[in-house]
Amino acid sequence: MNRQAQSAILFVLGAALLHAGLTDLYLRYVKAGLRPLVLAAGVVLIVTAVATAWYEWRADAKRKEHHGEQPQEEGAHHEGAHHERAHEEGAHEEGAHVHREPRVSWLLVLPLFALILVAPPALGSYSAMRTGTALQQAYGYQKLPASGPLRLGLADYAGRAVYEHGKGLTGRPITVTGFVALDHSGAPYLVRMALNCCAADAQPVKIGLTGQVPPVLKPDGWLQVTGTYTAKRTKDAVNGGPIPYLQVTAAKPVPTPSDPYDETWNN
Amino acid sequence: MAVTKAPPQPRDTGEELRPQSPPAPSPAPSRAPDAETRRLDSPLALTLLMLLVVLCQGPIRAALGAPVMQSWMTVFVAVLVQALPFLVLGVLLSAAIAVFVPPSFFARALPSNPVLAVPVAGVAGAVLPGCECASVPVAGALVRRGVTPAAALAFLLSAPAVNPIVLTATAVAFPRNPEMVVARLVGSLLVACAMGWLWLRLGRADLIKAPARHAYEGQGKGAAFWGSVRHDVVHAGGFLVVGAMAAATLKAVVPQTWLRTAAENPVIAVLALAGLAVVLSICSEADAFVAASLTQFSLTARLTFLVVGPMIDLKLFAMQTGTFGRAFALRFAPATLALAIVGSVLTGWVLL
Repeated sequence: MNRQAQSAILFVLGAALLHAGLTDLYLRYVKAGLRPLVLAAGVVLIVTAVATAWYEWRADAKRKEHHGEQPQEEGAHHEGAHHERAHEEGAHEEGAHVHREPRVSWLLVLPLFALILVAPPALGSYSAMRTGTALQQAYGYQKLPASGPLRLGLADYAGRAVYEHGKGLTGRPITVTGFVALDHSGAPYLVRMALNCCAADAQPVKIGLTGQVPPVLKPDGWLQVTGTYTAKRTKDAVNGGPIPYLQVTAAKPVPTPSDPYDETWNN
Repeated sequence: MAVTKAPPQPRDTGEELRPQSPPAPSPAPSRAPDAETRRLDSPLALTLLMLLVVLCQGPIRAALGAPVMQSWMTVFVAVLVQALPFLVLGVLLSAAIAVFVPPSFFARALPSNPVLAVPVAGVAGAVLPGCECASVPVAGALVRRGVTPAAALAFLLSAPAVNPIVLTATAVAFPRNPEMVVARLVGSLLVACAMGWLWLRLGRADLIKAPARHAYEGQGKGAAFWGSVRHDVVHAGGFLVVGAMAAATLKAVVPQTWLRTAAENPVIAVLALAGLAVVLSICSEADAFVAASLTQFSLTARLTFLVVGPMIDLKLFAMQTGTFGRAFALRFAPATLALAIVGSVLTGWVLL
C-alpha cells in the first residue's frame, strides 16, 4: 500500500471515528467516558492523512520540477528533496523485507467496513447467555424513597434483591429496563450488559422474569418491565452466580436506549 | 551531494514488495515513470474494493446476521475503537521521542549500567498513562533512540500495568482487597525487571529487528514527525486488527463454562486465568473489573490474570511482531508468559 492509499485509509478511519464519536454509535462499543479520546484520535488520524498527502504532493512536485530541468540540474538547491526521498525510500526498502508494512496495513479496511457499513449492534442475548452473571455486591446501596413506585437500574435491583434481601423493595411496584434473553429451556431473563471499558469486557447482569410475562418474547428486544420483588432465586447455569427474580405485572417494549450498557461501575 | 545519487537500485522497488518489478538500470531517469505506474495500483485497488463492498452490502449484511457473527463483529469493533485512541497517543509520543528528543537525553536520564537501567526504566513506566497499545510504539521508539533494549523492554512490560490510571481502576474493582493493588504493582515490576535482566543475559541484538526505518535526519521536523505517525498508525494498526480478530474469535467461540471447572484446582486455575488473559486481550485499564467478576477463582489466580494481561496477549503479540519482528516476538512472548505466571504466583503467595 503506498502513501496515498495509506493517507486515504487514515482519513476514512479518522472520519469513521469522528462519526462514531459524534453520534451515539460509539456507545455500542466503548464506555461513554472514552468519547473525548475517540474524537481526538479521529482528529489526529485526519491530520495525519492530510499531512501525509501534503508532504507526498510536495515531494512529488519537487521531483517533477527536478526532472523537468534534468539537463542542468544535479545542482545545489534541488538536492534536498531528492536526498529526502532517497533516504526515505531506501529506508523503506530495507524495512519492507523485514516487516512488510504494506500488506498488514490492508487489514485496516476491515474495521472500516465493520464500522461504516455494518455498524454491529451492542452485545445482546447471545453473549449474555454464554457468559455468567456478573452481579456483585456493591459498596453500599443508596437509600430508597420511603414509599411509592420505584424505577431502578437492572443491576441495582438485582444487587438489592440478592444482597439486601429485598430490603425496602417489598410490596412496591418496581420498573426496570433491559433486553430479553431466553435460556435453553426458553425461560425468559431480562439482561443488561455492564461495561467497564469496551464491549470486549462487557458482562451481563441477569434477572429472571416470572408472573405475567408476555407470551411471546423476542430475544434482544428491549422491555420496560414493571413488577414486584420476589424472594425467588436461581443460579446462573454458566458460573453459578445468583439470579434474582421479578414478579412481572406489566411489560412494554421500548426502543434501545442510547447507551445500551450499564456503566454504573465506572462511577 | 553525491549521496543523492549513490544508493540507487534497491529503492526502486519502493514501498511495495514487488519482486516482479525489474530493477531499474539507471536510477534517475527511470524513477519517475516507474513511480507513476506503481502509484496507481494501491489507491485504485482500494477504491475498487470500497465500491465492491458498498455494492454488495446487502448480501454481506445478511451473511453477518447470525448472532455469533454479530457478537464477533461487535467485540472486534469494540476492541479497535477502544484501542485506537491509545494507539494514537502512543504513536504521537513515539514520534515525538523519535523526532524531538535527542538520543543524548536518554543516555543522561538512564544509568549507563544496563543492569541498573532496567529497574529505572521499569519504574519510569508509571508515567505513561494508558494501556498496552500505547507502550509498544513508545518502546520501539526508545530502542531506535539508542536506549538499551533490556531497559526498553522493561518499560514495555511495566508501563501498561503500573501507571496510576490502571492502579486506580484496580483499587476500584477490588474495594475489599486493597492488597491487590500492591500485589499488582509489585508483581508487574518484578516480572518486568526480570524480563529485562533475562534479556541482558540471553538476548541477542540481532533478535530485535534492526531499526530499519525512515532516517529522519535530512527531512524537516514536520515531515519526519508526521511520517513517523503515519507509519506507526498504519503499521501497528494493521497488527492491532489481527489481534482484535483473534480476541473476538476466541471470545465468541470459547464457552465460559470451561472456566468453572478450571477454578476448582488451584494450579489449573492459575494457568487457566493466564490463558484467559492472553486470549481476551482486554485493555489493562479494564481488566481489573473482569478479574473482580471471576469470583470463583482464588485471588492469586486473579493476580496472575492482572499481571499477564498487560504484558502479553494476542493483540500485544501481534503488535510486538510488527514492531520488533517475528523472531523476537516468538521468543519474547513465551518467556514473558512463563515469567509472569511465576512472578505473580510468588507475589500472590507472599502478599495475598
